[in-house]
Amino acid sequence: MKAQRDGQEPILRVKDLKKYFPRKTSGVIRRPDSPVQAVDGVSFELYPGETLGVVGESGCGKSTMGRTVLQLLEPTAGTIEFKGKDVTGAKGRELRRLRTEMQMVFQDPYGSLNPRQTVGSIVGAPFAIQGITPEGGVKKRVQELMERVGLNPEHYNRYPHEFSGGQRQRIGIARAVALQPDIIVCDEPVSALDVSIQAQVVNLLEDIQNEFGITYIFIAHDLSVVRHISDRVAVMYLGKIVELTDRDTLYADPQHPYTQALLSAVPLPDPRKENKRDRILLTGDLPSPINPPSGCVFHTRCPKYRTLTDTEKKRCVEEVPLPRETQAGHSVACHYAESTNLAIV
Amino acid sequence: MIGRAHHAPSSTVALDAPRDESALLRVEGLKVHFPTEDGLVKAVDGLSYTVPAGRTLGIVGESGSGKSVSSQAIMGLHRGSRAQVSGNIFFDSTDLLQIGDEQLRRMRGRDIAMVFQDPLSALHPYYTVGNQIMEAYRVHHNVSKSAARTRTIEMLDRVGIPNPDKRIDQYPHEFSGGMRQRAMIAMALINDPRLIIADEPTTALDVTVQAQILELLVGLQEEFGSSIIIITHDLGVVAEMAHEILVMYGGKAVERGSADEVFYTPGHPYTWGLLSSMPRMDRARLERLRPIAGNPPSLINPPSGCAFHPRCPFMDEAKYHCVSQVPVFNPELPHPVRCAIPEGERHVIFEQKVKPSL
Repeated sequence: MKAQRDGQEPILRVKDLKKYFPRKTSGVIRRPDSPVQAVDGVSFELYPGETLGVVGESGCGKSTMGRTVLQLLEPTAGTIEFKGKDVTGAKGRELRRLRTEMQMVFQDPYGSLNPRQTVGSIVGAPFAIQGITPEGGVKKRVQELMERVGLNPEHYNRYPHEFSGGQRQRIGIARAVALQPDIIVCDEPVSALDVSIQAQVVNLLEDIQNEFGITYIFIAHDLSVVRHISDRVAVMYLGKIVELTDRDTLYADPQHPYTQALLSAVPLPDPRKENKRDRILLTGDLPSPINPPSGCVFHTRCPKYRTLTDTEKKRCVEEVPLPRETQAGHSVACHYAESTNLAIV
Repeated sequence: MIGRAHHAPSSTVALDAPRDESALLRVEGLKVHFPTEDGLVKAVDGLSYTVPAGRTLGIVGESGSGKSVSSQAIMGLHRGSRAQVSGNIFFDSTDLLQIGDEQLRRMRGRDIAMVFQDPLSALHPYYTVGNQIMEAYRVHHNVSKSAARTRTIEMLDRVGIPNPDKRIDQYPHEFSGGMRQRAMIAMALINDPRLIIADEPTTALDVTVQAQILELLVGLQEEFGSSIIIITHDLGVVAEMAHEILVMYGGKAVERGSADEVFYTPGHPYTWGLLSSMPRMDRARLERLRPIAGNPPSLINPPSGCAFHPRCPFMDEAKYHCVSQVPVFNPELPHPVRCAIPEGERHVIFEQKVKPSL
């Protein structure tokens, strides 16, 4: 579904969101500890009915970002506006009401379902928690939901271990959809699944979006899946969004050196193309989010940085690059962003 | 930009390979069955393939297809368990299933080495990385500790670990995921083995680190001339690494061919399903993905006839006896496919119904 952004108000507006995790100091000697800066100043808008893909490597803060947006984690700083209303730090009744509007699908289909509860009570839990009795009763509604996500409604009384990974993910989706929320944050919903099952679940997510008009934040590390499902894509590196634009532009014309390296690293299922392609290899590992590099956090591994003059380099080391629009709707957080030909398609 | 190491498979070698009696590894009719409370799990059920010297075989398949279990059998990792292993695994002319434990132990690590998926659980947390690699070396070489240490530092350096003389004394938890995987590759290569089995070596890694590790493996193969079996579910990884590809389904091989054959003229409906179900970055985006219907087969009560028939869109019992007969797989053919549909008809189906949508 293509988001109609012209003249439309965003359903969610996230401004300068930060999530720092304090580190525990153990022992007698207390040292001043710097926190883990998991999410460090993330801003974006989400429009009704669209899918915003969020990609990045492990440790880039994409899951933390998703959880902080849902207020499963308390933000350290920044604001979250939902339908024009500031909901940052919502508590108690307000937070519970907010949960009917924003839900989550988790990565691990084994860890995210209580093994001692039947499918019926897992999918029906949102009704119980919110004190809502749907028309026709909870059981009828739950069975409708099960049928909708491709599960046999007769399996209402079965336990999670009786289902395969793909079926469990369908249970998780039914639970998230139960209250017909406006937004669902999907955190790596298909990465634990085999290829043939992955496609089934991706199609289901798209069908449900079209049917219920849900807006998705789709967090994943698989760039091919994200391209398939997203309308716009945000690329994260070390707690920051480094590039954000619509899907076709991102894959055809990535401008941040990190996005370029990420896209060029994906091995293509095409041996002839693979043998011809040049690859941008990043050196070294992800720096620690406890003590991120100064200036641009990517400069320590940036292939572009190495080609710059000393004055240009100085800017990368000293000045944090703010997201800027290189063209309409294409924001890049790099001082020296430019296009390159990756020969992917 | 760094140019990729070019390793275009030479098709003549690939075609001759299956009939090559001098193949480094020859697996014949391998079966690995596990007795359980629920019944006999036929994890590997009659698997045959060969790996010529200096070549890379990619084994692809979904979870439960038997790809890992079959390679563990090569290393003798089912010995001492309840698994029932039968068939032949010839390494040169030695049958690895017949030799004694002592002889196998001498070969493990020296002739055949393994790189596991999860380096954090494959490395011992209590010993330094250097100690573990030195042990692997000293088990097979009667050398002094200092000579082993020198060799280990050399190897760590070779796999791209910075400051190897310091890193050698660190523990696995002090290494990042990518560095741990490099250390494990160093351990696998330190005895210069002729066969390396890499079981999902990059699945736990990020894509930029994966690119580094795959590049390293290709480079090391060119340098040392080892054969590699790479087991993965990622078709992109085999496209980059493998000369030949074996596709497994339900404990059996369903297709084997050169990388070009499997990617450009695949013969088995399951391979077609795999290739067309995944979203691809290098193609025009599809409105909808085309999944393979249904679920992977039970290994206790596998479907009768062709194990793929319940999910196969081209299944036709009346015409091909897909349900009643197990289709044959002739490993002697250059591009064998385990499918009941005659090759000519399959070719027509592929060209008309499958290829246009790939």
